[in-house]
Amino acid sequence: MATIRPRVKAPKKAAAGEIIEIKTLINHDMESGQRKDKDGNPIPRQIIHKFTAEFNGTEFFSVDLAPAISANPYLSFNAKVDESGEFTFRWFDDDGSVYEDTKSIEVT
Amino acid sequence: MTRMVKIPGGGRLSRLMAGLVIAAVPATGAVAADGDGTRIDWGPYKVGDVRSGYTYAGAQTRAMQDDDFQNPAFLWLERGAELWDTAEGAAGKACADCHGDAEESMADVATHYPIYFEDWGKLMNIEQRINWCRETQMQAEPFEWESDDLLGITAFVKHQSKGLPVDVSVDGPAAPFFEKGKAFYEERRGQLDMACTHCHVDHPGDLIRAETLSQGQANGFPTYRLKWQTLGSLHRRFRGCNRNIRAEPFPYGSDEYTNLELYVTWRGNGLPVESPSVRK
Ligand code: HEC
Ligand code: HEC
Repeated sequence: MATIRPRVKAPKKAAAGEIIEIKTLINHDMESGQRKDKDGNPIPRQIIHKFTAEFNGTEFFSVDLAPAISANPYLSFNAKVDESGEFTFRWFDDDGSVYEDTKSIEVT
Repeated sequence: MTRMVKIPGGGRLSRLMAGLVIAAVPATGAVAADGDGTRIDWGPYKVGDVRSGYTYAGAQTRAMQDDDFQNPAFLWLERGAELWDTAEGAAGKACADCHGDAEESMADVATHYPIYFEDWGKLMNIEQRINWCRETQMQAEPFEWESDDLLGITAFVKHQSKGLPVDVSVDGPAAPFFEKGKAFYEERRGQLDMACTHCHVDHPGDLIRAETLSQGQANGFPTYRLKWQTLGSLHRRFRGCNRNIRAEPFPYGSDEYTNLELYVTWRGNGLPVESPSVRK
């Protein structure tokens, strides 16, 4: 789809030391670079090649994505939270774009 | 993390279909297609002998459908929800201006489409109804078939009926169109000279190469198909199934396909609306 929108699902509240699940989804064609168009010309690769997750400015999770990964990649992972703060999630596109989303969490 | 490998090259299946073999899998019954051997109570997805494609899907595919967040179709649904509130066309109206809250006004609409539409003297499906509203009520351009906009708004409207049993009516003025749809379903066509029945009535649960055949039910459309890597309409699926037997596909929204849609939807009367489903 034309507009790229990242989506993140994470709890708004957690107990100190709790392990929470974070789910992310982004709409992206993940064009592998191995396909050809109708005239036989290769379609240039354009994928999200990297994803990172930070908490209060410190990266705690990252993934390199490969061309064989399907469109609209879904990632889920866990994090242990000890303090309140803000998550920052970034998706890096081959064309140089970076898509970002943030989520705050309150630790009680 | 869920990784899905792109299936290369469209048309691969059609090439494989030459000299096609359907292999019977022993004792599929109500066992999950992923072969984990656990007997699953399919709940609403099985009504008598009628089974949703959900019951033939692998565990991972079902898990994707069950989690609204993980189901990529919801990206289109969000687009549909936006369109619902967006005024377009010369009348300056949005869907919401006439229909209000979709949760109420569209609550069971998808369960009884396609309908017989008197003004046209023929059948009308949901996509056609939405475009009828665009053209006659909003004075706006119709959405193109398979555009993200038409898929998004269709998924959004149908989703309001999620969980409610499909209940299309096939008597009265709809009857002759239903009969045409049924005839299409049973008619052999294409170079492989096959009818829909040969796969979806005679062989559900059996393997056709790497795919488990289902009853070919319509209750989950539009569906996010992993092979397509996008949401697609029922008519796109019909075109695919026609091509796989090397038959000429009919145009999107053609009378042939809308009649066929009524017949196929009726076969699944009683199954819950699943839109938007996820399939392999
Ligand atoms: C100017 C008013 C108006 C607007 C705007 C409008 N519609 Fe409608 N819609 C109608 C009318 C009138 C009907 C027919 C009602 C009937 O025959 O009972 C209808 C019927 C429908 C139905 C079928 C309902 C049923 O029970 O069978 C659907 C679905 C629908 N509209 C969707 C939409 C969507 C989606 C939009 C926006 C793209 C939209 N409409 C915009 C007036 C409108
Ligand atoms: C050569 C076998 C074959 C024939 C003939 C065939 N299909 Fe299919 N169809 C498939 C396969 C394979 C799938 C994907 C797996 C499944 O759901 O059965 C499929 C899927 C479908 C689905 C989607 C089911 C779901 O749950 O998403 C529908 C609807 C469908 N077919 C309708 C038809 C119609 C209508 C015809 C006749 C015009 C037809 N098919 C002819 C093989 C066939």
